[in-house]
Amino acid sequence: MTVQQLIDGLSLTIFHLDDPERPVTGGYCGDLLSWVMGRAPADGAWLTIMSNVNVAAVAALADTACVILAEGVVPDPPLLDKAKAQGITLLGTGLSVYDCAVRLGALGVGTDA
Amino acid sequence: MDDCITLTYQVEGGDLTHAGEASSGVKQALRKLGLDPSVIRRVSVCMYEGEINMVIHANGGTAKVDVGLDDITITLTDRGPGIPDIEKAMQAGFTTAGDSVRDLGFGAGMGLPNMKKYSDEMTVESVLGVGTTVTMVVRIE
Repeated sequence: MTVQQLIDGLSLTIFHLDDPERPVTGGYCGDLLSWVMGRAPADGAWLTIMSNVNVAAVAALADTACVILAEGVVPDPPLLDKAKAQGITLLGTGLSVYDCAVRLGALGVGTDA
Repeated sequence: MDDCITLTYQVEGGDLTHAGEASSGVKQALRKLGLDPSVIRRVSVCMYEGEINMVIHANGGTAKVDVGLDDITITLTDRGPGIPDIEKAMQAGFTTAGDSVRDLGFGAGMGLPNMKKYSDEMTVESVLGVGTTVTMVVRIE
């Protein structure tokens, strides 16, 4: 599964798209940045409702494939600027974190499918 | 010591907007050196958590990263208030961060535990009113 396939499969909003062909091999849901930092898998999709600028730093350092802002959350302008500067793919959905994760699973992300 | 490279960064205190810049710098440098991604990630987590701690609690400080052939040593030095009870500070979930910090998603009490988890060795030396030095070693397997 690539980032682009994820965008198409879930009709995600694109705030910033860095590498559409980057593989997505798992996922993580969380808003406490230290938990995400310590536990999110590299190359995963990170689902969160946090929209402040520090999300970019955590995504970059944890090496997530993309960030999906759930619940219709839009990025704070400094976050969007930083995502562009650091090459972080930043996406959005109106789905809840739970529903988005369920849909990701149905697409085969994070499973052996 | 078989240090090949030493990186030094000043971390500004108080402003979480720029937090992570030193960590990003280290990550980019390690990438250029061609280190294993898992080593880079471990160093990144240790650096970022330490950097956040210095911003939130200590009004900034200095981060020094020694990249050797066998390991990477991160030394974080601040002139903050010091840690009264290091054992307590090391407990997962314990925090003294304020609401404004927690609203940003920090202050979960996971910083020091994450640093310990992702480093192979970690020491915390702190003197009240003088400052804190955290040293972490990440071995290159």
